Amino acid sequence: MTRVSCDCDVLVVGGGNAALCAAIAARRAGASVLLLEAATKALRGGNARHSRNMRVMHDAPTPWIRGRYPADDYRSDLRRVAGAADDGLTALFVDASADIVDWLAGNGVRFHSGTDEVLPHSRKTAFFLGGGKALVNALYDTAGRLGVIIRYDSTVRALHLRDGAPAVTVGEPNLTIRTRALVVASGGFQANPGWMRQQWGGGADGFTIRGTPHATGIPLKALLGDGAEPVGAANRCHMVAVDGRAPQFDGGIVTRLDGIVQGIVVDRVGRRFADEGAVVGSKRYTAWGELVARCPGAIAFSIFDAVIGERFRPSIFPAIRADGVGELASVLGIASPALEATVTAFNAAITGGDATAGIHPPKTQLAVPIAVPPFGAYPVRVGVTSTCLGVRIDGRARVLRRDGSAFDGVYAAGVVMAPNILGSGYLAGSAMAIGAVFGRIAGLEAAAHALH
Amino acid sequence: MPCTDDTQQSAADARRALDICNACQFCDGYCTVFRALKMRRLISVADLTFLSNLCHNCRSCYHACQYAPPHAFDLNLPKSLSLVRQQTYRDHVWPPPFRGRLPYAGWPAVAVVAAVALSAVMLVGMPALIWIPPDVLFGRHSGPGAFYRLVPWGAIAGVAGAVMLWSLLAVGFSVASFWRGMGPVPAGVAFLPALRDALCDAATLRNLGGGGAGCNDRDERFSQARRRFHHALFYGVVLCFASTGAATIYHHRLGWQAPYPLLSLPVLLGGIGGAGMLIGAAGLALLKLRADPGPVARSLTGADCSLLALLFLVAASGLGLLALRETAAMGPLLLVHLGLVLGWFATLPYSKFLHAPFRFAALLRAAMERQCKEWGRG
Repeated sequence: MTRVSCDCDVLVVGGGNAALCAAIAARRAGASVLLLEAATKALRGGNARHSRNMRVMHDAPTPWIRGRYPADDYRSDLRRVAGAADDGLTALFVDASADIVDWLAGNGVRFHSGTDEVLPHSRKTAFFLGGGKALVNALYDTAGRLGVIIRYDSTVRALHLRDGAPAVTVGEPNLTIRTRALVVASGGFQANPGWMRQQWGGGADGFTIRGTPHATGIPLKALLGDGAEPVGAANRCHMVAVDGRAPQFDGGIVTRLDGIVQGIVVDRVGRRFADEGAVVGSKRYTAWGELVARCPGAIAFSIFDAVIGERFRPSIFPAIRADGVGELASVLGIASPALEATVTAFNAAITGGDATAGIHPPKTQLAVPIAVPPFGAYPVRVGVTSTCLGVRIDGRARVLRRDGSAFDGVYAAGVVMAPNILGSGYLAGSAMAIGAVFGRIAGLEAAAHALH
Repeated sequence: MPCTDDTQQSAADARRALDICNACQFCDGYCTVFRALKMRRLISVADLTFLSNLCHNCRSCYHACQYAPPHAFDLNLPKSLSLVRQQTYRDHVWPPPFRGRLPYAGWPAVAVVAAVALSAVMLVGMPALIWIPPDVLFGRHSGPGAFYRLVPWGAIAGVAGAVMLWSLLAVGFSVASFWRGMGPVPAGVAFLPALRDALCDAATLRNLGGGGAGCNDRDERFSQARRRFHHALFYGVVLCFASTGAATIYHHRLGWQAPYPLLSLPVLLGGIGGAGMLIGAAGLALLKLRADPGPVARSLTGADCSLLALLFLVAASGLGLLALRETAAMGPLLLVHLGLVLGWFATLPYSKFLHAPFRFAALLRAAMERQCKEWGRG
């Protein structure tokens, strides 16, 4: 075998939580590391910019988390959402999550104290002080101080995995960088409109992307094209219901609609299409994301009156208001008689027990008449957090082919491999833990491979 | 007069920012602003008055903000609150005819401080130049009563006392108006525990701590520099007042006349306090000039720095007087120092100094709200 000269020991594709953990771990292990972040410095950090917390196993209270969250509990929570995910990898992940908060803290990330009275009580997750962008800032600072070379504005256009040492083509004009080991931590493909349309049809054009516009899935597609085994599902996303006026990208957490279950929700022809009272807890955001994704045009409208409008935190965008239901409909572009008929039927069906009887779909909780003007509405669209398609890895974060063999010197971390653990499900705070845990593993393994 | 459109624009910007912050709340561990914000569903004018003065301008929330520019939301909470805050100084200034008319931003604000300080120096200097014979003014004086041979004690105490009284009255009325401006006081609150909390917050500058590691003085990295320089300045001023207090006791109770020996209480307190003021004022000004311009309302830097410059000059002239009191420079230095102190007293109600009592009032209000909430929970 001829030796090729390499530009670095470890090349990290991506600039979010998983990529930074990989870069830091590899650098601390003695490798020379180059990190390619597609975003500018100001918007660096991938979806981690919008994250808030990390779900970790712990057998006793830590400085950052109260109570205990044993491995069995974590695994059963994962099994509930993940279905047919990899049990061995899941067990490895849960065990490794136990000291990841310490490791991040040692790399400059600051967490809320577990005794902090500010936060809601949680025995399952540690909260980043200042949120995900503060975590991203801290990790970039640490990586830079350790000597990781960071290149912003560096979109990877191709991976070259066939002959010898891996290489990537980056930027405009094209530059090919060879490396001894490659860590792919480039997230999902939710910001790739063409690929999304393939999976979701024309409705995908109405989706907003809650995170980075750089999650275009080019490295993911390249890995799959080179024979990596897919995991998860290409046609599933983690999605929530957001205000329809949210920006196309990077809306993050604040565009979620708090009060969607308080009134009624209608599609663009003014018909109710689901039981608004079915899910009222924290899962309501996800539930409505998936419901609205199936609506014609992937749009719906949350409708309420002056009384209901006081029961939830208003959207950051002003409510659309009108003195009559018919007028409200015409402002929203819905046929007035249709919405008036829906509201009249809904009001008439409310029984004493805050629920409806005799209409389909019913509203089984929180049913109160929409009667007091002014009436209000928010447009509702789908906000996609990330897609649920990834590549299979082993316990050393090596990317596996369909035949079970590993690519030589190619590792994956973060959302690009999260479906190994999550399937096409979602568990709050787990994606950040997966990113950090497998980022650290991938970095260590890549460094060992490169320096061997 | 600035146009009201600007004022309304600042208020609208701040309200939009706070609405987004309230929906996010990722920064709730940084300071008490977010905790107070969380208790509010909608942001009223009174809330803006309160929250803008509760903000210590540490800028941690800007550097941690996922919506900061160049994001489409263009969120800049520290800057938005700074602009509203200086508006509250204008709105609550005393006497009422000054309301909305005095500048607290830009060069006009610098001009006010400079003009008042200069007039005060002239006020002290001119009569002295006219009435004190040059050989006395520029002569060497030593021993007890040396200062008062130039400027009689009664004149110093009388003029400084009168100016101070006016300023304290004006600041007091301003704070009372501001207190009402923050909206009704939460009912049934134990005042003393809240006062204790607020005093503790003010004395430690807990809210400049960014939840532990300091705040973003210059860029996204955390540092305790601003907090330490502010402590140096604040406690420096406190020590200087303690020095004056000790000197008053020496003069009236013990019958000892200034100047006092180097190892006496007034000189020790004043010397350490003056040094603290020099270091604090210079450090704060330097941090201000080197700060990341992103979250800074540039129009306010001049007003901030003019107060720092005045405090620096007060301390420098005082220390100069101490160092050169045995020489012929004592007379002119004494006049300049007295003039600058007088000027500082006179500008208290009309400069950035107002941030101190307003911030304390806001901290007290926040502590009262916390008490209220804890009781509600209990």
